[in-house]
Amino acid sequence: MPNTEMIDRANAAREKVNTEIVPALLEAFADKAESIAPTGDLIPQVFVKPTALLDVALWLKDRGFNMLVDVAGADYYPKRDPRFEVIYHFRQFPALGMIRVRVRCTEKDQPHTLSHIWPMADAPEREVYDQFGVKFTGHPNLKRILNPDDWEGHPLRRDYPLRGPRALINLDMPAELNRFAAFVDDEHANTEKKPDGK
Amino acid sequence: MSDVFGEDGGFVTTTVDGFLRWAKSNSVWPLTFGLACCAIEMMNLTSPRYDLAQWGSEAFRASPRQADLMIVSGRLCNKMVPVARQVYEQMAEPKWVVAMGACASTGGIFDNYAVVQGVDNVIPVDIYIPGCPPTPDAVIHAIQMLRERIQGNDPKGGLKVNA
Amino acid sequence: MAQTFDTHEQDTMQLSIGPHHPATHGVLRVILELNGEIIVKAAPETGFLHTGIEKTAENLTWNQATAVVDRMDYLNSIGNNVGYCLAVEKLLGITDRIPERANVARVILMELQRITSHLVFLGTGALDLGAMTPIFWTFDLREHILDIFEEVTGQRMNPSYMRVGGLAHDLPEHFKEIVNNFLKIAPGKMQDLKNLILGHPIFKDRTIGVGKISEEKALALGLTGHNLRITGNDYDVRKYYPYCGYENYDFKVPTRQNGDLNDRISIRFDEIDESLKIIKQGIDNLPDGRHIIEDRKLVLPPKEEVKQSMEALIHHFKLVQQGFEVPAGEVYQAVESPRGELGFYLISDGGNKPMRMRVRGPAFYATYALGTLLPGHYVGDMVGIIAGIDPIFGEVDR
Repeated sequence: MPNTEMIDRANAAREKVNTEIVPALLEAFADKAESIAPTGDLIPQVFVKPTALLDVALWLKDRGFNMLVDVAGADYYPKRDPRFEVIYHFRQFPALGMIRVRVRCTEKDQPHTLSHIWPMADAPEREVYDQFGVKFTGHPNLKRILNPDDWEGHPLRRDYPLRGPRALINLDMPAELNRFAAFVDDEHANTEKKPDGK
Repeated sequence: MSDVFGEDGGFVTTTVDGFLRWAKSNSVWPLTFGLACCAIEMMNLTSPRYDLAQWGSEAFRASPRQADLMIVSGRLCNKMVPVARQVYEQMAEPKWVVAMGACASTGGIFDNYAVVQGVDNVIPVDIYIPGCPPTPDAVIHAIQMLRERIQGNDPKGGLKVNA
Repeated sequence: MAQTFDTHEQDTMQLSIGPHHPATHGVLRVILELNGEIIVKAAPETGFLHTGIEKTAENLTWNQATAVVDRMDYLNSIGNNVGYCLAVEKLLGITDRIPERANVARVILMELQRITSHLVFLGTGALDLGAMTPIFWTFDLREHILDIFEEVTGQRMNPSYMRVGGLAHDLPEHFKEIVNNFLKIAPGKMQDLKNLILGHPIFKDRTIGVGKISEEKALALGLTGHNLRITGNDYDVRKYYPYCGYENYDFKVPTRQNGDLNDRISIRFDEIDESLKIIKQGIDNLPDGRHIIEDRKLVLPPKEEVKQSMEALIHHFKLVQQGFEVPAGEVYQAVESPRGELGFYLISDGGNKPMRMRVRGPAFYATYALGTLLPGHYVGDMVGIIAGIDPIFGEVDR
C-alpha cells in the first residue's frame, strides 16, 4: 500500500516555501536577492549577492532551515560573467522544505564563511577554494583539501585542461594530433555542426 | 673454496639457492596497500572462498619491513605518490610489486590531472593485472605467476652469489 | 604542509596516523595531539584518493558518466548509479515513465548492495576491534550476493548497470530463484553473526560510551544516515523523500538513542533485516514488462532491429557517438546510501555532457566530524570510531 504521507508532507512544505518563505526573503533582501524559476526538481531557488550571504543564511536559520545540506561550487565560464557560483542547499528538518541559495561571484568576491554556524561548512568551503579559487572570509583554515598543498591552478575551472600539467606537453603540435592538447569545451550538441567533406 | 663461490656457483650455492627459492616462493607475505575499489577485491582474497593463505600468503602485514610483496590495488593519486615511494623504499629486499587493476597499471579510466598514469612511474613493477576490478581469480593467477618466477629464474629470488 | 598544532605550551605530543595504516580503513591521515594516551585535538587530512571524477564526468556523455560515478563509493556502486540516473531523469522529466519492472529491480539491487556494504562494515569493524572470525563469515555471506550481481550485471563490483531510463539489460530468467536462495540462508547467518559480536564482553567494553554524539551536534556536523539515526533522529531519504517507488514498501527505519559506537554497530544488524524485508517484498511483486523506458531518443534500440531498420541504425549511431541532450537546468537528487544521504547536484547547459556534477558524499562530512568525535578518547578508541563512522575514501576524495 503506497504510503504517500511523506510525499504529501514534502509537497506541502515546498508549497509553503514557495508561497511564504521566498517572497519574504525577496522582500527582506530587496536588492540583494533575486528569484529563479525552478527546474526539474522543483526546489525553490534564489540568487543572492556574495555580501548578503551570511545575513540570508542566518535569516533562513531563524525560519527553521536548520540543516545545511551541501556547499557546492560551479564555473559558468565562458557563458556568463560573474563566472563562479557557490550553491547552498538548506533544508528544514523535520518540516522538509528545501531551498537553494546561489551566490554568483567573481574571483575577487569573497562570500563569508558559514562554518561558525554550521561546523560542517568548513570542509566543503575548502574544497570550493581548492577546485575553483573562490575564497571565503573568516574561514579558520582555508587550505587545499583535495590536491597536494603545492598544486598550481584550480582544477575544476572550465579553462583548466582535463589532463592538467600533462596537457601542456608540446604545445606546437596541432591540436588534432596532440593527444594531450589542452582544451576548452564550450560547445555542445545543440550548435549546428555541418559534417565536413573530409 | 673456489667451487663454492665460483662463476656460476658450485654445488653448495646451487643447493642453497634452490632451497631459498623454495622457501621464498612459498611464503610471499603481501603488504596491505589497498587504496580504492581493488582493495575490496584484495580483501576478498582472504575470504574463505578464494583463500590466498593456501599458497603461503598467510599474513597480510601492515608494516613494510615485514612484507615481501606490495600489491598496489587502486588508483595512485598525486598526494599519495610520496607515500607509495616511501613505503616501497622501506620494504626489505627481496621485494616484489604487483600492480593490481587498470588504474595501478596505466591509470585506468581516469586519464586526468589527478591520477598517476601507472604505478610504474613511481616504483618498479613485476606483474600487471588488468581488470576493473580484477576478480580475485585473476589476482591468484598473478601471484602464481610470481611464485613460478621466484621458483624459476627471478634474480631476486635466490642466493646472490656476486652480491 | 598539513595542519600542525602548537605543542610548546602544553605537554602534548603530535602524532600523525599516516595514510598507509591498517586501522584507517583506506587512505586517511589523522593528525593527533596527545596528552599521554588521550587525544586532545584531532585533524583529519584527506585527499589521498582524489581522482578528479567530477572533472572527468564533464567530458563524458550523460550515459557514459555512470561508469565513473560507480567508482566513487565503490561499496555502493548500484546506489550511486541509481542516484545519478534519477537526477538525469528528473532533468529530462521522464521519472513517471520509467517502467515498473525497472523501479522494482532498482530497489532490489540497491538493497542487496546495501547489505554487502553493511557486511563489509561489520567484518572490518569487528576486525579493528580485535575479532578475527566475523570478517570471514561476513565476506563469505557477501560472496553469495556478489554471485547474484555477477549473474545479473556481469561483474561483481562496479557494475555500471543502470542507464538513464532504466536498466542496461534485462534481468536473467532465474533471477527470482537466485535471490530467493539467498533470502533462505541470510537470516540464519545474520543471527549467528549477531550472537557472535553483540553480546561479547570485550566488544561491549570497547564500544559502549565511546564516540558519543548528541542530535544537535550531529545535525550541525552534517551527519546523515546511521551516524544521525543513533541519536534518535529518524531521517532516512527513503522515507522522507521516496524515490523509485519506496513508498510502496513496508519497512521501518531503525533508530537508537545513545549515540555511541555500540549503537553504530548494532543498528547495522537491524538495517540488514529491514533490507531483507524489502527484497522479499520486491521479489514477490516483480512485474513483467520492459526494463527500460520506451524512447528511441534516449535508449539504444534492440540489436536485431539495428541490423534491419535504417532508423534504428541511425538512432544507435547518434546515441553512441553523441548521446542525448538534456534540457538546461539544475537538479538535486538525494538517495540513501549505506553511509547517509548521497546527493547529486547536476547542472546541465542543454548539451550532451554534464556541465557540472557535484556529489554530496555523506562520508565526506562524517570524516570531517572526526575532529569533534575523537578528542577525549584513547588512541585505542580512535580505531573503533573511525571504523564506526563507515568512511569510504573514494567518496570522501572523489
